[in-house]
Amino acid sequence: MSMDRRKFLKIAGLSALVGLGGSEAFELLQPGALEASEGHEVEGGAKKAHEEGPYAGDKIRWGIAIDIIKLGENPAMAKKIITTCHYEHNVPNWGNPKDEVKWIWEDDYEHSFPDSYNDLMAEKVEGMPFLLLCNHCDRPPCVRVCPTKATFRRPDGVVAMDYHRCIGCRFCMAACPYGSRSFNWLDPRIALKREGRKLNPRFPTRMRGVVEKCNLCVERLDAGKLPACVEVAPDIMIFGNLVDADSPVRKVLRERVSMRRKIQLGSKPSVFYLV
Amino acid sequence: MYDAGKVIIGLVIFFCFFTFAFWYNMGKAAPAPKPKLDTPVIKKMVKKQCIEGTHFMRTTHMQLLNHLRDQALRQGNRWYTNKRGEKVWISLQNTCLKCHSNKKEFCDKCHNYVGVDPYCWDCHFDPNRSKL
Ligand code: SF4
Ligand code: SF4
Repeated sequence: MSMDRRKFLKIAGLSALVGLGGSEAFELLQPGALEASEGHEVEGGAKKAHEEGPYAGDKIRWGIAIDIIKLGENPAMAKKIITTCHYEHNVPNWGNPKDEVKWIWEDDYEHSFPDSYNDLMAEKVEGMPFLLLCNHCDRPPCVRVCPTKATFRRPDGVVAMDYHRCIGCRFCMAACPYGSRSFNWLDPRIALKREGRKLNPRFPTRMRGVVEKCNLCVERLDAGKLPACVEVAPDIMIFGNLVDADSPVRKVLRERVSMRRKIQLGSKPSVFYLV
Repeated sequence: MYDAGKVIIGLVIFFCFFTFAFWYNMGKAAPAPKPKLDTPVIKKMVKKQCIEGTHFMRTTHMQLLNHLRDQALRQGNRWYTNKRGEKVWISLQNTCLKCHSNKKEFCDKCHNYVGVDPYCWDCHFDPNRSKL
């Protein structure tokens, strides 16, 4: 782009005059550049917000449907799923909410769906256990704000973490509307050691000062395996390709009523709750 | 020059003091490290070879590891085709450390010798969990 100083000053002055914010002024100076810089890491992963239909242009878009009715019938499974995931990824248990690190956890309806909570709810719904995890949003706000691209969206829709790059600024934690991310305030190995727990030798731990979250078992997906939570509870966690109309997850979504968390925010979660 | 004698003596003392570490350690060079290759998995191998040649691995493993890390994690392509045309699953803990399960006698030997402390081990750990 070539622009002499005079033109730059004119536009800058004009922007200031009409009170344009940073991004609008940027658009004026270099149309399209901002949009481009928010594209995704991998070639082919880039997706325009305006494309028609859900997942248009994608071949694979992993998603999970969680059967809340089945989970309610067998509430002990929630614990089992959490333990399996946290073993698989060496997620420490600090035993206090201040230092807590979690990839998948349990909460009630009120806290899972605060926007659709009624004052006078059916008791059955109110007491139901909900399993919460990173939604691997189709338009992930956490990815938009990460200054180092430590968190990024893969072409298959997994919102992945590159801990080698994370500088621990926690912008992503502020951006995520679902509380899916945890910060390692302390060296996670202290807690793992204190617990005296068996570690999964196939997966690393994290270090102090990085943010972590569910990675949709990307290391297992790449090896052609199912996510650990799906493997341990295949009738509660239904996994599949949201683009493929014949995938198990699409089948069950066709047949059952489902909800997603805070869809009005536009982040497009890929985790569905079957009710 | 005033007090030339004192100044020169001072300089000599300073010089000796400054280069003390060199005098003291003269002729006592630390022996080159000998990383051990006698892990059970390596012992069982018919042809004892790493994913690339020994010389290449010795000089370039850091760049290769960085490159493979980005390929696996950021591009989601977890297979590395080496110069012999073989496909290798990219994973520090599941591939490299499967053979080199003796981090203390292998990785640490040279790293300590040259005084580097790579941050790999802040998160990754060997089967013997020497750091946990
Ligand atoms: S749930 Fe939160 S962390 Fe996960 S992709 Fe969405 S915004 Fe990011
Ligand atoms: S804490 Fe890490 S992942 Fe989150 S925004 Fe900062 S650098 Fe990115």
